[in-house]
Amino acid sequence: MPKNETMKEAMEERTVAENRLVQILRDFGMTRSIIVVFLVYLLAQAYFLDLPMGQLFSSMLVRFGMNGILALAMVPTIHAGMGPNFALPLGVVCGLVGGTAAMEMGLRGWPSFLFALFFGALLGGVMGWLYALLLNRIKGQEMTVGTYCGFSIVSLMCIFWTLAPYTNTEMIWAYGGTGLRNTISLAGWFEKILDNLWAFEIYGVRVPTGTLLCFALFCAGMKLFLRSRTGIAVTAAGSNPRLARAAGIKIDRCRTIASIVSNALAAAGMLVYAQSFGFLQLYQAPLFMAFFAVASVLIGGASMSRITLANVLIGNLLFQSVLVVSMPVANLVFSDNMSEILRIVISNGIILYALTRKEAVA
Amino acid sequence: MKILRGNVVPLFFIVLCGLGAHYSGLAWPFLVNEIVTRIARNSFLVISLIVPVLAGMGLNFGIVLGAMAAQFAFIAVVNFQWTGSAGILLASALSVPFSVAFGWLAGLLFNRAKGKEMITGIILGFFANGIYQMVCLTLVGWLIPVRLTSLLLPDKSGVGPGVGLINTIDLRSMQYGIDNLWKIRLTMPDIQELCGSFGWNVTIPPNIPISVPVGTLILIALLCRGIHFLFRTKLGQDFRAVGQDRHIAGIAGIDVNRVRVTAVVISTVLAGLGQIVFLQNMGNLQTYGSHVQVGTFAVASLLIGGATVTRATVGQALLGTLLFHTLFVVSPQAGKNLMGNVQVGEYFRVFVSYGVIGVALALHAWRRRGETEE
Repeated sequence: MPKNETMKEAMEERTVAENRLVQILRDFGMTRSIIVVFLVYLLAQAYFLDLPMGQLFSSMLVRFGMNGILALAMVPTIHAGMGPNFALPLGVVCGLVGGTAAMEMGLRGWPSFLFALFFGALLGGVMGWLYALLLNRIKGQEMTVGTYCGFSIVSLMCIFWTLAPYTNTEMIWAYGGTGLRNTISLAGWFEKILDNLWAFEIYGVRVPTGTLLCFALFCAGMKLFLRSRTGIAVTAAGSNPRLARAAGIKIDRCRTIASIVSNALAAAGMLVYAQSFGFLQLYQAPLFMAFFAVASVLIGGASMSRITLANVLIGNLLFQSVLVVSMPVANLVFSDNMSEILRIVISNGIILYALTRKEAVA
Repeated sequence: MKILRGNVVPLFFIVLCGLGAHYSGLAWPFLVNEIVTRIARNSFLVISLIVPVLAGMGLNFGIVLGAMAAQFAFIAVVNFQWTGSAGILLASALSVPFSVAFGWLAGLLFNRAKGKEMITGIILGFFANGIYQMVCLTLVGWLIPVRLTSLLLPDKSGVGPGVGLINTIDLRSMQYGIDNLWKIRLTMPDIQELCGSFGWNVTIPPNIPISVPVGTLILIALLCRGIHFLFRTKLGQDFRAVGQDRHIAGIAGIDVNRVRVTAVVISTVLAGLGQIVFLQNMGNLQTYGSHVQVGTFAVASLLIGGATVTRATVGQALLGTLLFHTLFVVSPQAGKNLMGNVQVGEYFRVFVSYGVIGVALALHAWRRRGETEE
């Protein structure tokens, strides 16, 4: 009999272990698993197509760093129960205003970048505050309204870029047009200023230390913010508004703070993005930026109502890596536009999936 | 006063259009001509939004799927080399099965995201656009055989036909297939002469006759009657019941999910036919562009007409189409005359179409919150 019992116990242990394995897999999420498999497949393809792997890994790291803060901007709004910040362009255009203002003032190098960063983030904060005034009146519809707020501000800023009295000849059309150019080269201003900071090469992979450090700094800041009194209040307001109100937390104030932080991060994120990219892209360029940022945190395992910093890091890494590797592979195997199409299908597919999940609270 | 407050959106846009028309300096026969054409071209698409609104699903941004169905149908018809009205008839017939399938899938998706239909619809539009491009760029000419090789992009060596559809498909053989069924040209009274007879001396640009595509307008009128009729039937009553309260409708024995899917299917099929009306007037098909803005423009038109997320009528759809497209015609010129830049007017128009959707959605959420808190 004892033998039988030990067997039974062993069996039970095994099922427990199996359950745990299943649980781990489930926690990891179907979408993440699919993306990982897809990424591995792409990497294998890239290897067999004799693509320069060192370069691929370098650009993965760069893109991870440059898009990180934009994805991080999703954290405060999701924590505050407002869903991902689909109105990200509100902050992004502020970043662009900061960048162009720094150039207009004739600043170069670090002063230029830092001024742009702080001025942009300040404007983004103000914008976030204004947006929060609206947000607090439309609880439950943040995503739809946010999407169209983002679209509206992009087209409104198109008018601004055309009419604003900028004079720097490197930014405005030389002739035959009024207003700022579509893309403004940052060469000689603050192009790759973070990428090149303490950058080093290892096994043919160039590590953009400055950009990664900057992202790490922002992540640490976010962690501290979430641990602070205010951060905890914001989380409480998002996860259970009624209980939070009973505990004396002012919900609207928390939502305002989340919106301010999120849009200031969007502005700063845009500038970090721009310094890596080497250009400021104006006019229609920020239109779809929100969707890619939303998609990358969702790939990381976040939902419409729950997010951790790990979600941001993993999601950003996976999403950007897939994009980086798919570009040359798709161009060799399929047509030229394939990687762009993949980007649209993956990012919107993942958002759709998240929207239809039961636990997602609108 | 009450009427004024109830119709503040259309009134605001009437004033805006009036100002725009004034500052654009466009000749009024030209303006009227343009607007009549655009009403005939677009109102079908706008009307296709009404059914889901009344079924409580909000504005169906997913009508982009219907537009895609219509474009698949048109591409097939061009491939079969049918022309004229027969071609359009075939395209309409072919678009329906596509639209039904797409609408059914969209409906299932919306049922899984109840209360979030609009954002789901917006994202679904983008997602479907990605799939659409994938099909048109990589499958057509490879898995999907094409008889007319001039439809295909050249292959990499530039000699033979490759894989993927070209950017612009010529539909001239079918252009005005519906419009020209019965078209009349109205010559407007010559104002210059009229004023002259009163002793006023005004200079007005040469009078051009206004062509009215009566056939298309009759088709639209029939659709309006059809929508009215639909809401008198049992199905129409079910739509309303579900729209008012899903829960109570369910208790009353209505299969809520089924009714909602039906609403989306009807909307998608109508949007598909609407896109056929649109394309036969345009005369060419931008393979990767004609459908992209269909949802946004149609929704903006409906909202400008005074509709809300929960209430929409045929009259609002028609008025909205009129106002939105008037703004469309006048804003580039008005922008040029006021700001010295054509682009500004163009951007302003885009801003209005996005902005009006944003404001309308915000107002809706605002009001609904007021109701629930009272």
